[in-house]
Amino acid sequence: MQSANVNRLTPYLFLAPAAIIMAIALLYPIGYMIYASFLDWNPSQRIGEAEFVGLRNYINLLSDASFLESFWVTIKFAVVVVSLEMFLGVGLALLLDRNIRGMSLLRTLFILPMMIAPIVVGLMWRYMYHPTVGIFNRTLKSMGFEPIPWLSTGDWAFASVVIADVWQWTPFIFILSLAALQSLPQSAMEASRIDGATGWQQIIYIKLPLMLPVLIVTLLLRLIDAFKVLEVILVLTNGGPGLSTEILSLRISRTASEFRELGEAAAMSNYLLILLMLLTFGMFFYNKAMEARAARLRKAAEEDL
Amino acid sequence: MSAKTYDRQNPAFYALLVALVVMSVGPIAMMLMTSLKLNVDIMSDTSSLLFMPTLRNYETALCDFLWYEAPHIEYCDKTFGRALINSLVIALVSTVLTLVIGCMAAYALVRFRFMGRDTVSLSTLAMRMVPPAVLLVPVFGIWTFQFQIDGTRAGIILVYVAMNLPFVIWILQSFIVQVPIQLEEAARMDGAGPFQVFFLVVLPLIKPGLAAAAIFTFRVAWNEFLLANALADRNSRTVPVTIVNSITEFDIDWGVIMATGMLLAIPPIIFTFVASRQIITGMTAGAVKG
Repeated sequence: MQSANVNRLTPYLFLAPAAIIMAIALLYPIGYMIYASFLDWNPSQRIGEAEFVGLRNYINLLSDASFLESFWVTIKFAVVVVSLEMFLGVGLALLLDRNIRGMSLLRTLFILPMMIAPIVVGLMWRYMYHPTVGIFNRTLKSMGFEPIPWLSTGDWAFASVVIADVWQWTPFIFILSLAALQSLPQSAMEASRIDGATGWQQIIYIKLPLMLPVLIVTLLLRLIDAFKVLEVILVLTNGGPGLSTEILSLRISRTASEFRELGEAAAMSNYLLILLMLLTFGMFFYNKAMEARAARLRKAAEEDL
Repeated sequence: MSAKTYDRQNPAFYALLVALVVMSVGPIAMMLMTSLKLNVDIMSDTSSLLFMPTLRNYETALCDFLWYEAPHIEYCDKTFGRALINSLVIALVSTVLTLVIGCMAAYALVRFRFMGRDTVSLSTLAMRMVPPAVLLVPVFGIWTFQFQIDGTRAGIILVYVAMNLPFVIWILQSFIVQVPIQLEEAARMDGAGPFQVFFLVVLPLIKPGLAAAAIFTFRVAWNEFLLANALADRNSRTVPVTIVNSITEFDIDWGVIMATGMLLAIPPIIFTFVASRQIITGMTAGAVKG
């Protein structure tokens, strides 16, 4: 689109403010962090005074059993919560994809959890998990069962943070799957119904394959976010007991603020960033490939009629 | 499944629906109830539904703003009141800035062909996944030693704007694409410059997109803890930071802390009810565009 009053500079003028801010507050810090990861640096020093130690931070981390444990806890957490959320969210969407009264109110109620601050989510679950005043142990006690040590033993603490995250983020998958379901071509659904497909057959052979591109993107978006999680766990367990819930973000912030090892925290951040980078570009290319595939499937479904 | 059963659901379905709603809203309702209880009622063994609701916890949290002296407050702690104002200022200013700047960038990416367009587009996508924890060390270092804006609201606003820009640019693109180009061309024929076209023609047409972007941006700025905690000093602390500070202590005052939690949760809850349609469209646009 070129006309007399649009000159070559116009697009750059529109982009300039965003580019400048992102350069100052994202790109520069990331460059700074990469540099800092090669230093033995603590918060009382200016960065210029810190000693250059090459790859030492990276190598030390790889031989540090507790860092590897954190890395493993992070991956385990992300994989467990995202699989549960996908399963529940898609299931809910399939269940609620019908004409019922009050659907828009229901959707609103279901997205409430994801709008609440993670700090507050942590707070209310910590209250519910409370050994004596919490609702779970109160209910168990009134029914004559033994109380559960929700946050005080490793396995239960891990389960507890998983439950809180699933509560907060299943709605995300639910809403996106429902939107995907409702935009499926009705013709394909009717055709299969006339051919005598049962509800399950429709789900497995028509709905899920047609939703696949959206589901993959949703999955990757959630996975990226699950690797960023921090506040809920900070409030619930602060990483404990032991290292059972110490995810990487928490470890980075603790290494920086408690142990004052900024260089080492920067190196950890880089490991996390590399992992997320791989996921993001994976998402980008998978998305492209899947869009093409969905177009083919849709065409095939229409030709079937 | 025949077409008929589609509208006439069986009772088990409704029972399941009720259970699901309770599961999703229950914890929030519990927080609300606890915030209206005295500590005696919180600790007591009797049913948690039978209690006299009281606004005492809110009075304690908001003592700074009260125009009367609540009899049970002996000493007014101004921490929370100050934090609430900081949170409001930081979230509102960063939302407005992010929207204006992000919208301009999205417009450039959609409407103009120029050198470096693909690079900008791809790096915006890459920036979106940077977690706050990764920014912690460098932002702390740069803000403290180089810019000397640590401890200021402006410093926190700057990080939030940068953090939100990639997402806002990404979802606004899908709204701008839908603006009919003929409208813009007509305005241009009438002699409008590109900035006039953008502010007078494009912006009013993408209001739903702007609403969605505004809610997501506000939510991040309003809820964020880690960077605010690293950058803020006593006077620029936000509500999430004060909440975490008050729970690391051994003994938790559940009533008051649930009231502060409620106060932090109320604005996003109101948004959700007012603009759930925009939120859902925004989420869908963001996901489908990848």
